[in-house]
Amino acid sequence: MSTTTAPGRSATLLRTYAPLLAIAVLAVLLLVVAPATLSAFRLNSLGKYICWAIAAVGIGLAWGRGGMLVMGQGVFFGLGGYAMAMHLKLEAAGPEGVPDFMILYGDGTIPGFWEPFRSGPFTLVAIVVLPALAATGLGWLIFKRRVKGAYFAILTQALAVVFATLLVATIKETGGFNGLNQFTLFFGYNLYDPVNKQMVYSIAAGLLIGCLVVVWQLYRSRFGELLVATRDAEERVRFLGHDPANIKLVAFVIAAVMASIGGAMFAPIAGIISPSDVDATASIFLIAGVALGGRALLLGPALGALTVGFGRTYLSEQFPTQWTYFLGLLFVLVILLLPLGVGDLPRLVRARVGRSAA
Amino acid sequence: MFTTRTRGRAAGGAALAVLTALSLAACGNKSDEGTTAAESCVDTSGDTIKLGFLNSTSGAMSISEQTVRDSLGLAMEEINADGGILGKQIEAVEEDGASDPAIFAEKIEKLLTGDCVAAVFGGWTSASRKAMLPVVEANNGLLFYPVQYEGLEASENIYYTGATTNQQIIPAMDFLASEGVETLFLAGSDYVFPRTANKIIKQYAAELGIEIVGEEYVPLDDDDWTTQVAKIVKAKPDFVFNTINGSSNVGFIKAYYEQGLSAETSPIISVSIAEEEAPAMGHSVTGQYAAWNYFQSVDSPENAAFIDAFQAKYGSDRPTSDPMEAAYTSLYLYKVIVEKAESFDVDDVNAASDGVSFDAPEGTVTIDGENHHIAKTALIGQINEDNQFDVVWSSGSPIEPDPFLEGYSWWDPSAE
Repeated sequence: MSTTTAPGRSATLLRTYAPLLAIAVLAVLLLVVAPATLSAFRLNSLGKYICWAIAAVGIGLAWGRGGMLVMGQGVFFGLGGYAMAMHLKLEAAGPEGVPDFMILYGDGTIPGFWEPFRSGPFTLVAIVVLPALAATGLGWLIFKRRVKGAYFAILTQALAVVFATLLVATIKETGGFNGLNQFTLFFGYNLYDPVNKQMVYSIAAGLLIGCLVVVWQLYRSRFGELLVATRDAEERVRFLGHDPANIKLVAFVIAAVMASIGGAMFAPIAGIISPSDVDATASIFLIAGVALGGRALLLGPALGALTVGFGRTYLSEQFPTQWTYFLGLLFVLVILLLPLGVGDLPRLVRARVGRSAA
Repeated sequence: MFTTRTRGRAAGGAALAVLTALSLAACGNKSDEGTTAAESCVDTSGDTIKLGFLNSTSGAMSISEQTVRDSLGLAMEEINADGGILGKQIEAVEEDGASDPAIFAEKIEKLLTGDCVAAVFGGWTSASRKAMLPVVEANNGLLFYPVQYEGLEASENIYYTGATTNQQIIPAMDFLASEGVETLFLAGSDYVFPRTANKIIKQYAAELGIEIVGEEYVPLDDDDWTTQVAKIVKAKPDFVFNTINGSSNVGFIKAYYEQGLSAETSPIISVSIAEEEAPAMGHSVTGQYAAWNYFQSVDSPENAAFIDAFQAKYGSDRPTSDPMEAAYTSLYLYKVIVEKAESFDVDDVNAASDGVSFDAPEGTVTIDGENHHIAKTALIGQINEDNQFDVVWSSGSPIEPDPFLEGYSWWDPSAE
């Protein structure tokens, strides 16, 4: 490396910062082009896909780079989503008001754990701290016991089932199966105003770009290298004196926080959060997007999640009765033909071309 | 684990994200200006009028909701053959709610603002209706909701053509009282409708002097009722009030007969088992009861014509049920209101809706312009060997809708 010539150095520089350039292109597309060209409704739908994409970026880190198949990210998506929704619900009810569903289905009193969420700053902190604490506790138990592979996947999936069941069963506290909706204000901004809807969209898009930059930095760091090493040869990393449990824990916690941020933005954008947005099926949809886009690539998970979100909307509008079959077929084809995701296509093509050239 | 360098960089990335978000937040609009409902984009200039059909054609609710979609299709075909609405042919825009409340919210917004439909017909679960309500209100649209529900709601932008509680739950209790029932066991899905229905049942039971000897809930997607049914066996109630929704009924009925209960010992009165579900219970349910506002067995020329037309279109083995009839009726009611208002405009429709009536298969129904529900006759049916319902009790005349139970002095919404 020390003997690199000037043009070689600029090539290296380009290779190093190419991902950042790609993120910048995505930023322009999402923050400038999309608001200028899409109708308010389509922009809002894109906002929903962006929330899934934020969670997907975290999954890319934990699964693509860390080898942990996190099948229950809906739990963390839900923690953020419900934390935000509780705040918005209290904001909609007014300073002394009680959320409507508590009057309809309960005895009209607000449960104690809701009270702190009246505060906007507390809610914002909780959106980051709650999933971080939950993931730390959970991850500690799991990784120190060296649970991995299919057992880890099943465990996280089971958590998503438990979480959704718990939400459904606590109708007086969380709205049950109906979930929480009918938000009117977002930190003082009227959510029915198109200008404010676009602002919420832009915040989500900004957060996605931010998360991508964070992950790009992590992938370039020594931590990123250790994470990949742990994925590929955990025992060797252990023999080198690192505790793989700690490395995995950090990735798991970051993935959880990103899922939570995605969920927190999902509530005001979709206008609702309910158990069906956070259950096992929703978690699998997140995983599917990551697999489709390419789990180990920087932009693969986010682009995959955006594609799956768009595909669900587009296919269901074109084929309202058969669309689920088409979506299923798409997943089967990608997994069969491109096991590392669509983002792996350029490499496969290069390899094919290289072989035939030789 | 981190080198100092990367920790600094990652923190920088995070700070960048927060800064971006904050600067983007600054472009919002805090004033209350520009918050009026969106202008309607409905195009009434052509020979056709667009209506949205929004039902789940995938997911857990698709079996039920597809039947509603079918009867909407029949009503549309008949109305179009008869000259359409205000001379315009109906053009249906179909969407799949996918049994997911968030999808319902997304799709109804697409129908109202993208396709510019004049009205939307659909929804089934309360969750789907609650998810659509803020969207249809914000866009000043119209939704016709065809399923019996838990009441306690009235929106300017929704017409409820299924029963509210004082047209189904309360009449069912009146029927039980007339049968001399003294003890009642409540079994329901853990869901808004059963919880609210049972709250009403308990308060009315106290008024009627009926003792509630047990109350059990099981999650919507859970089929195992073994331990809960054991409690029914022990309590030996005169009647079981069943507010279980969907396929969970199959597990309940299985456990009920396996543990030796029967229509002779502790009969069941259901509010979610109709002609469609009765043959699918995995065990004969002959002799059990159900409370609805329509049965296929209703003897009227309107119902005979409805059944003939439906079976001619979809197959002679297809039963007709209450939600299907309510959906069929909702499209006709819409036609009658629009032709009275001579306008598709939502405000004109609302101004004209009070007192509009239609000779539906269930009997004559009339819209209450105040709460947007309709007056309906309550019926109790007993299931016979053909899985049809023999009407054994009727309220006699249509019951005025009272979604908030304001006319019932025993009702206290804040009590447990």
